[in-house]
Amino acid sequence: MIEVRNISRIYYDTSGLPTEALLAVSLAIRQGEFLSLIGPSGCGKTTLLRLIAGLDLPQSGELLIENRAIEKPSHERGYVFQQAALFPWKTVEENIAVGLKARHTYKEKKSLVPEYIRLVGLTGFAKSYPHELSGGMMQRVAIARALINEPKALLLDEPLGALDAFTRIELQNTIRRIWSETGTTIVLVTHDVDEAIYLSDRIAIMTARPGRISEIIDVEINSRRDRNHDDFINLRRRALEKLHLAGEVYANVRGAGEAI
Amino acid sequence: MNPKRSANKKYWKPKSKRWLAAAILSPAAAVAASALVPNVQAVNTLYYRTALVAFLAALLVLWTMRRFRNRLYHYSQFIAAAGLALTVLDLLTTKSNILKLPFFPGPTQIVEVLYTERAMLFVCTVYSLRLFFAGLACGVILGVATGVMTGWNRQWNYWLFPVLKIIGVIPPVAWIPLALVVFPTSFYAGIFLLALASWFSIAFMVAGGIASTPKAYFEVSRTLGASERFLLFHVAIPNAVPSIFTGIATSAGMCFMTLVITEMIGAKAGLGWYINWAKAWASYDKVYASILIMGAAFCIILGVINLFRNYFLRWQK
Ligand SMILES: Nc1ncnc2c1ncn2[C@@H]1O[C@H](COP(=O)(O)OP(=O)(O)OP(=O)(O)O)[C@@H](O)[C@H]1O
Ligand SMILES: [Mg+2]
Repeated sequence: MIEVRNISRIYYDTSGLPTEALLAVSLAIRQGEFLSLIGPSGCGKTTLLRLIAGLDLPQSGELLIENRAIEKPSHERGYVFQQAALFPWKTVEENIAVGLKARHTYKEKKSLVPEYIRLVGLTGFAKSYPHELSGGMMQRVAIARALINEPKALLLDEPLGALDAFTRIELQNTIRRIWSETGTTIVLVTHDVDEAIYLSDRIAIMTARPGRISEIIDVEINSRRDRNHDDFINLRRRALEKLHLAGEVYANVRGAGEAI
Repeated sequence: MNPKRSANKKYWKPKSKRWLAAAILSPAAAVAASALVPNVQAVNTLYYRTALVAFLAALLVLWTMRRFRNRLYHYSQFIAAAGLALTVLDLLTTKSNILKLPFFPGPTQIVEVLYTERAMLFVCTVYSLRLFFAGLACGVILGVATGVMTGWNRQWNYWLFPVLKIIGVIPPVAWIPLALVVFPTSFYAGIFLLALASWFSIAFMVAGGIASTPKAYFEVSRTLGASERFLLFHVAIPNAVPSIFTGIATSAGMCFMTLVITEMIGAKAGLGWYINWAKAWASYDKVYASILIMGAAFCIILGVINLFRNYFLRWQK
């Protein structure tokens, strides 16, 4: 459904030195699948996700969604940042309704707001302001805000990275439930191997400098049911080995320590 | 941190019996001094003493109401000091003529004037407040409009920013001669000068608020299907609302100053005009009375601005 064909994105610093954030990356994301992007810090995961969102443009290569070129951001591709980036002057329900307001469909679709509040498990917090919410609750709002537009794909950039372990597991379950209830395609960037296995159909492992996709691992349904099951543990070992090959320093990276 | 100390951040010493006693005794002392010490100057002490007694009665009534009790404690140091100051002033003026008339009328005489001139003072206060809020409202509208244009649009920024910077440093009262000629009445001239006084600081703050909108807000909005128009009206401008209020708060003092000076120089009404008029008659008691009212009026102005601020910024911590 989303095709990334041979794209490169190079940043130049102030003295003109290039950083090859992505070099000749290709990836095909299937309709309705859950794909995780995992890799060492600075390998270009955010860059790739922003390109798919249309928030940035590649120097070369093609980006397609349903065979149309991706040129600019669109409500078809919802995006959730690591810091929820909620509008602090809007309540939970107003934040979630932004997509409807922006597209002038608020009048007809008002009734969706409470539905999505329920979907992300925030019933009773409709009138709260962001500063009254915990980090996990803010991410729930950010996810609902992206979902209310019924996007073809939901792009999540480490949405759980800043949360404590307990909240993270809770939200992983919520994301899994949302995925099965809405059937939308999800691309998740994460540092956490367990999270990737637990949630995804496929895991794309990236390498740094230049940023590339080195390997795609298929996750069978059985392996992802239970974190203590042998299949899960084997898959985790395999992924970690690949990651060690991908970047020698991965063991030091935030998130990996807890995953091992 | 000591939980007892952190428990009440809002009120200072909300349990101090000693200061409360002082707050009741010192106005009472002022009453006693006024009643018992014989007058040297020829004044009517009735109004002054009535005011003090009414004030004491109000304190006692507030004391019986639970929700005002903390506040009463909070202000008791002030009240005690004010009562003491009144007693001393009264003794130095009305009771001994050490500070001489007409330049230093005592509190007795000022209170008398506040009462006997109440109709005139009321009209002048209303006139000044009307001019103040009309001028500030124009300044806010202009300031927000130019601030938004400066912060949002490069082309506008190119022209407006230097203009704001140059005109902004000129004290608004410097325009008084021009304003009095150009505008048909001193009221419109006043509005112009007050708008000028608040325009620039509000415009600067708003431009800053617009320009400092986090990029993530714009990016998120774009992925939600927002148009440029939506980004301006639903993201950038709401993000600048706190700056609007900072601009208003910082320019309120300048506005008030401009108001009084404008009234003193060009107007036919208002507290500034009244001061000038009273001075011409050497009625310094009236001058001090209107200065007192100015202080109170500015407190009310700040209170009103704060009410608006709290309403519009209720989403902040
Ligand atoms: N705006 C930018 N300007 C210059 N260089 C950039 C910019 N954004 C990213 N880079 C560089 O591109 C590379 C990839 O960055 P990216 O943010 O995509 O990494 P990431 O995989 O998301 O890392 P992390 O896991 O730490 O979030 C990094 O080396 C980074 O320094
Ligand atoms: Mg990143």
